[in-house]
Amino acid sequence: MSEATAPPIRRRKRAWAVGLFLAPSLVLLGAIVVYPIFFSVGRSFFDASGSEFVGVRNYREMFTAPSTLTAIKNNLIWVVFAPSIVTAVGLVFAVLTERVAWSTAFKVAIFMPMAISFLSAGVTWRLIYEEEPDLGLANATVGAVVNVFQPPGAVAGARSSQEDAVAESDEGGLSLRGPVEVGATAMLGLVAIPPESVPEGAVQAAEPAEAADGIAGTVWLDFAPGGGGEPGVIDPEERGLPGVEVEAVADGEVVASTTTGSDGAFVLEGMPPGSYELRLPPANFREPFGGVNWLGATLVTPAIIAAYIWIWAGFAMVVIAAGLAAIPRETLEASRVDGGSEWQVFRRVTVPLLAPVLAVVFVTLVINVLKVFDLVLVIAPGSAQRDANVIALQLWKTAFGIRDFGLGSALAVFLLLLVVPAMAFNIKRFRADQS
Amino acid sequence: MSAVTAPAEGKAERRGSRSSRLVATLTRAPATVVLAIVAILWLVPTIGLLVSSFRTAADNADSGWWTALTAPAQLSLQPYRDLLSDPSMVSAFVNTVLITVPSALLVVAAASLAAYAFAWMRFPGRDVLFLIVVGLLVVPLQVALIPVARLYDVLGLFGTIPAVVLFHVAFGLPFAIFLLRNFFVGLPHELLEAARMDGAGEWRVFTRVVLPLGLPAIASLLIFQFLWVWNDLLVALVFAGGDTQPMTVAIREQLRSFSANIDVIAPAAFLQMAVPLLVFFAFQRYFVQGLLSGSQR
Repeated sequence: MSEATAPPIRRRKRAWAVGLFLAPSLVLLGAIVVYPIFFSVGRSFFDASGSEFVGVRNYREMFTAPSTLTAIKNNLIWVVFAPSIVTAVGLVFAVLTERVAWSTAFKVAIFMPMAISFLSAGVTWRLIYEEEPDLGLANATVGAVVNVFQPPGAVAGARSSQEDAVAESDEGGLSLRGPVEVGATAMLGLVAIPPESVPEGAVQAAEPAEAADGIAGTVWLDFAPGGGGEPGVIDPEERGLPGVEVEAVADGEVVASTTTGSDGAFVLEGMPPGSYELRLPPANFREPFGGVNWLGATLVTPAIIAAYIWIWAGFAMVVIAAGLAAIPRETLEASRVDGGSEWQVFRRVTVPLLAPVLAVVFVTLVINVLKVFDLVLVIAPGSAQRDANVIALQLWKTAFGIRDFGLGSALAVFLLLLVVPAMAFNIKRFRADQS
Repeated sequence: MSAVTAPAEGKAERRGSRSSRLVATLTRAPATVVLAIVAILWLVPTIGLLVSSFRTAADNADSGWWTALTAPAQLSLQPYRDLLSDPSMVSAFVNTVLITVPSALLVVAAASLAAYAFAWMRFPGRDVLFLIVVGLLVVPLQVALIPVARLYDVLGLFGTIPAVVLFHVAFGLPFAIFLLRNFFVGLPHELLEAARMDGAGEWRVFTRVVLPLGLPAIASLLIFQFLWVWNDLLVALVFAGGDTQPMTVAIREQLRSFSANIDVIAPAAFLQMAVPLLVFFAFQRYFVQGLLSGSQR
C-alpha cells in the first residue's frame, strides 16, 4: 500500500504518529544539543558577562594568552601521539591474540579498563606515579633498575669532619690533602650521617693498626652522640663506618683499594714504598635513587597519555580483532603458501585489508582525545595542571572557574570546529553504507 | 637454510607449508610470553588500587601497596568502614544511582521511539533528519555546557538531579538512535508488514513486534548508557549541586591533597569502579556488541 493511495484520514493519523514517536528525542536534541551550538557561536563574540559585543577578541585572546596556548599545544601533542599509539597497540594485540589459546582471557584483561571511569583510572595512575620510590610503582621499578647499575653509596651525603685536611673532588669524592706514606695511618672522620643511615653492623670505631707494607686507617662517624668529642679523633661512642671503599692513587692510577670493616678500619696492603693520594671515591657518597618526577612540568603530559593508552587499547583491540575475524582465512593462507613471511603477510595483506577498520578506530580516538578532560584533571597535581592543560579543561576553568562565558564559548566553538572533519567522515561513511 | 634464520625477503624455495608451519609454531611461543607479560602489566594498576584501598592511611604513607603482598596483615576493612560511615559519601553513592538509572532508561525510551520512526515510518525529510543525527554523534558535550547552564538557570533546574539526567539523555540520544535504528532496519520486513495487515497501529507494531525483537540492541544500549553516566565527572561537576553530587564529584573533591586523603580516595575510587566492573563482567557480550555496532556500521 503506497502513500498516494492511502486515505487522507489515515495519512493525517500517521503524521501524528510520526510526530509523537519523534517528539521526545527532537525536543531534547533541539534544546540541549542543537540550540547550544548556535548559542555558543553567537556568545563567543561577546565579552565575559555577555553585555558587550567584542567581535573576534575572544578568539584573538585564545590564540595569544599563554594558558589557552598551552592547552592548544598539549591537545596537539595528544592528537599526534595518543590515537596512533593506541591504534598500533590495539592492532598488535589483536594480531597476537589470534595465536594463543587463552585469547578471551587476554582480551578481558586488556578491555577491562574501558569499563572504569576516567576518574578511577586517574586515581589508579596517580598512585603509580607517586614520586617517592617507596610509594609509587613506576619509580619503584625504575629505582630497582637504577640501583643495580648505580647502587647508593654506603655513606650517602656525608661530609668530612676535618675540612682543612680533606678536599672534596668535583665528582663528589673525598681525598686527603697531603700525600700519605706507606707505613703511615690515615684518619678519615665523616659527619652529616643521620643515625638511622649508619650502615648496619657498625661497632665502636678502632684506631688503625699500622702496616709496614701498606697504609692503614679508619673511616668513622666523627660525631659522639650527646655531644663532646674532638674532630679528627676517635672518641668513645663514635662508630666505625663499614662498607666504605678506600683507594690509594699514584700518578692518577689506582694502586690499591679496599673496603672498611665493621669498626671502620681498613688496611691497604702490599704496596711499593712511596707516597700516595688517599681517597674515598664518589660512589661512596651517591644518594639513593630519589624518583623521577613523572607529574612535573616536562613529563606530565606523556604520563597522562600512558594512562590513556592503558584505558583505550582494549577498545582498539576489540574492534580491530572483529575486523580481523572478518578477513577470509583463505586470503591469509594463500599469501602464506605463496612464500610470504609472517611479517610480509601482516604488512602486505592484513594491514591493507584492515585499513577501513583502522581508520574508524583512529577517527573515533581522535574525537575522543580532543575532548580529554577527566584524566588531566585527576592525574595532574595542582602544581602541574597549568603544564598539562588541554582545551576541554581550560574551557571548564574559564567558564565555571572565572565565569568568562565569552572566552569559554570561543573555546567550545574551536573544539566543535576541530571535530567537523570527523563529522564529515561519519556522514560520508554512513551514506556509503546505505547505498 | 632454516626457516628461523631465513631473511624476511622470502625465497621461492622456502615456500611449502612445512616451513610456514614451523614459523607459526616458533612465533606462537614468543606470542604467549609477550601476551602474558602484557596481561599482567594491564592488570597491575587495578590490583594496586584494590590493595591500596584495603590499607590504612599510615601504611599508604609509609610503604608501597606491593609490600602487602608479603605482609598481608596490613590489609584491613577499616578504610571501607570509615567510608561507609561518612554520610556525604553514602549520599554521593545514592545520587550516582539516582542519576544513572533514569538516564539510562530515558535514553532507551526516547531513542527506541525515534529509531522506530526512522527505520519503519515514512515521512518527508526523514533521511536528512537522520543524517543530522549522524552528524550530532561527534558533537563534544563541552559545546553545550555554557548555554545549558544558562537555560537551567532560567528554568530553576541548576544543581538538581533532573538537570544532570536531562543533559545525559540528550547527549546519549544521537548514539542511541543511531544504534537502534540500524538494528531495527535489519528486522525482518515481513513480520512488520504482517502485523500492519492485521490492523495493528504503529504503537502496537512498536511495542509488540519491534521492541521484543530489538532487545539485544536495547540491552547493549542500556549497558553503554549506564556505564557512560555512572562514570561521568564533567557533566555532574557543572550541573549537580552540593547535595546532588555523584561519587565522581565527591572523590574529585578529595583530590586536592591526594596523599593525605588516600585512605578515602582509594576505597571510594574502587567502590566507584566496582559497579561498572560487575556490569562489564556480567554483560560483556552485549558491551562488545554495542561497541562494534557503534563504530563499525
